[in-house]
Amino acid sequence: MDRTHELLDPIQQTGEERMVLNLGPQHPATHGVLRLVLELEGETVVNCKPVIGYLHTGFEKSFEVRNYLQNVTLTDRMDYLAPLSNNFGYSLTVEKALQIEVPPRAAVARIALVELTRIGSHLTYLASQAMDTGAISIFLYCFREREKLLDIFELCSGQRMMTSYIRPGGLALDLPPGFEKSVDSFLNEFPARLAEYEALLTENGIWQERTVGVGILPAEDAIALGVTGPNLRASGIDWDIRKATPYGGYEEYEFAVPVGTRGDVFSRYQQRLTEMRESVKIVRQALNRLPAGPHMTRDRKVAYPPRSELATSMEALIHHFKLATEGYRVPAGEVYQAIESPRGELGFYLVSDGSSRPYRLRVRAPSFVNIQALARVAAGHLVADLIALIGSLDPVMGEVDR
Amino acid sequence: MDWLIIAAIKSGFVIVILLTGFAYGTLLERKLLGRLQVRYGPNRVGPFGLLQPVADGLKLLGKEDTAPAGADRVVFTLAPMISTACALSAFAVIPIGGTIDLLGRRIDLVVADVNIGILYVLGVTSLGIYGIVLAGWSSNNKYALLGGVRSSAQMLSYELALGMSLIGVLLIAGTLQLPKIVEAQATVPFILLQPLGFIVFLIAATAEVNRSPFDLPEAENELVAGYHVEYSGMKFALFQMAEYVNLIVVSSLATTLFLGGWYGPFGLLPGPHWFFLKVFLLICFFVWLRATTPRLRYDQLMRFGWKVLLPLALANVLLTAVGVLVLQG
Repeated sequence: MDRTHELLDPIQQTGEERMVLNLGPQHPATHGVLRLVLELEGETVVNCKPVIGYLHTGFEKSFEVRNYLQNVTLTDRMDYLAPLSNNFGYSLTVEKALQIEVPPRAAVARIALVELTRIGSHLTYLASQAMDTGAISIFLYCFREREKLLDIFELCSGQRMMTSYIRPGGLALDLPPGFEKSVDSFLNEFPARLAEYEALLTENGIWQERTVGVGILPAEDAIALGVTGPNLRASGIDWDIRKATPYGGYEEYEFAVPVGTRGDVFSRYQQRLTEMRESVKIVRQALNRLPAGPHMTRDRKVAYPPRSELATSMEALIHHFKLATEGYRVPAGEVYQAIESPRGELGFYLVSDGSSRPYRLRVRAPSFVNIQALARVAAGHLVADLIALIGSLDPVMGEVDR
Repeated sequence: MDWLIIAAIKSGFVIVILLTGFAYGTLLERKLLGRLQVRYGPNRVGPFGLLQPVADGLKLLGKEDTAPAGADRVVFTLAPMISTACALSAFAVIPIGGTIDLLGRRIDLVVADVNIGILYVLGVTSLGIYGIVLAGWSSNNKYALLGGVRSSAQMLSYELALGMSLIGVLLIAGTLQLPKIVEAQATVPFILLQPLGFIVFLIAATAEVNRSPFDLPEAENELVAGYHVEYSGMKFALFQMAEYVNLIVVSSLATTLFLGGWYGPFGLLPGPHWFFLKVFLLICFFVWLRATTPRLRYDQLMRFGWKVLLPLALANVLLTAVGVLVLQG
C-alpha cells in the first residue's frame, strides 16, 4: 500500500540534488491527517504523493452491523464539517429504498438546514484557506459566524456537530420554537459579514498574488479525475446535482449555480463565496414557505408512534416494540442516491437483502475523489502554493478515509 | 573610571528596558491581536493578564532543553545566543532622550554615542541573521533548513533596500551619529521631508524582523515553525526575545531617523516619554499589519524587494541628493 519507499532515496534514482520532505500527517496546514510525501528541488515541488488512511474508521463496514436508524449517527462523523448534509444524503437513500415520502414541513426544513450547513462548511474553508496563507484574522471572523450556525444546529438537535437530526422519514424532532427567528437574524447579518471578508481579501494585492493563477486545475483534468462540487465548478463546468438531478424538493427553489473560469485557487475561493450567497437565498425561500404539520412520516412501519398512543393502541405498542428491537426492514434491492454536499457529489449506494441492516452501504465521498487532483496539480509549485492548494480543494479527512 | 561606571549603569538600564519591552511586547501583541480578532487575549494570569509574561517565562524555564539527534550541538546552542546578543547590542547607539543633568553630571541618554551610529546598527542587525541561518542549518531538520534558507535570502534582498532608504536621511542630516540626526529634526521630523524613504524603510524593516506579511522564515502553515522548530525551553525563549527586541530596535530606529526621536510638539512632557510613545505606536502598527495581511510567497518577496523596493529607494536617494544640492548650492 505504502509506495513511499520509491521516493525515499530519490538522489540515487534521479542523480539530482533533491530533498524528500514528509508533510504531515501532523502538520498545521494539512487539514487533519493528510500526509504528503514531497520531492523538492529547492522549494519547488517536483513530485507529490498523498498518503491517506490515518483516519480510517471502517464506517462502511460498521454500517452493516447496525440497523438503519443507528447508521444515521455514523454518517455525522464522515464529513464532520457538514454532518447534516450526510444525514440528508443517507436519509434520502433509505427513503428511496423504502419508497416513502416525507411530510412537507420536514422536506422544507431539510433544505434550509443543509444549506445552512453548506454555509458553515464554506466558512470553514474560507477560514482555513486564509489561515494557510497567513491571514489569521479571517480565520477567527469566519469561526464567529460559524458559531452562530452551530448554535442553530444545537437549538434543533441538542448537538453542535454530531446532529443526527435528519433521519429516514423526516426529522428527529420538530423544529424548536425560535428556530425561524434565529435563522432569520443570521440571514440578515451574514451578507454584510461576507462583504467584510471580501473587502479584506478579494482586492488585497497579496491575496491575489498568492491565489490568482496558482494551482490551476483544467476542466478536462477535473472531469477525468472525477472532481465534483465547487472545485469542478470553479474550473468552468456547470454541474450541480441540485440542478442536474434535483432531489428533496430542490426543483422548487430559485437559485443560480455560479461557475468559475480559471480553475485556480482564487476561482475556487470566489466560487465558494458566491455559493454562500446563493445558499442564503435558498434558506430565505425555505423559511418563507415553511409549512406547519408533522415533522416525521406517519408510516408506522418506519417512524415511532407517539407516546400517547402506546397506552390505548395495541397496534402502536407492537410497532414501537418492533422498531425498538429490530428496526425497520428495507425491501431487497439496490439504490443509489447522490446529493450535492458542500464538497461535491456525495453518493450512497445501498444494497439491501431485505433485513433491517444494510447488506452493503458504499459511500462515494467527494473529498476522496477531489484529493486526487492534488498530485496532478502540485508539480511545479512552491511549497507555499501547495499549502494554498490543499486548502482550496477543501478535503475533509474523515470523509476520505471513512 | 567614571565613564566605565556610567556606561555600565546605562547598559543595565537599556537591557532592563529591552527585556521588559520584550515581555510586555508579547503581551501587548497578544492583547491587541486578540481585540482585532474578536477575542480577549490573555486575561487569566493577574489583572488584565498582566502577569502572563511572568508565567510564560517560568514555564519556559521549566521546559526540558532538548536537541535533535544529529544536530550540531555547538552551533545549535550558539545560534539563539547570537540572535539575542545582536538584537540587544543594536540598541546601544539609539538615543532615547537628549542630555540630562544628574548628580552634577551631564548624562547623554544613549549608551554609546559613536560617530558611525547607523552603520553600527545595520551591521549588528545583519549579524543577527546568522543566528537564524545557523539555527536552521544545525537543527538537522528540513523545515528548519528551509526556514534558514528563506531567512538569508530575505535578508540579502531587504538589507539593501533598508540601507538605501536611510541615505536620504543621512544626506539631509549630514551625519551618521544618531543623536545629531535627532537634533536635526528639532523643527521638522524627517518623515515630512522623506515620506518615500520612510515607507521603504518601514517595509524593509518589516521584512528585516520577519514579521507578517514577510514572516516566511517561520511561516507556521508551511514550515511548521521554520528555523526554531526544534528549539525548546530557554533557547526558544531567546529566539522569541531576539524577535521582539529586533522589533523594538527597528521601531526605535524609525522613531530616531524619521519621527523626530525624543522631540514632541510644544515641548510637552520630557523627551523619553515622546520617544517611547512613538515606539509604542509603531509596535501597535506592526501588530495591526499582522492582523490584516496574508503572507507573501518566497519568490514574490524577492521580486518585490529587488524590483520595487530597491528602485524606489534609489530614486529616493537621487531625489534627495538633487534637492539637497539645489537648496544648499
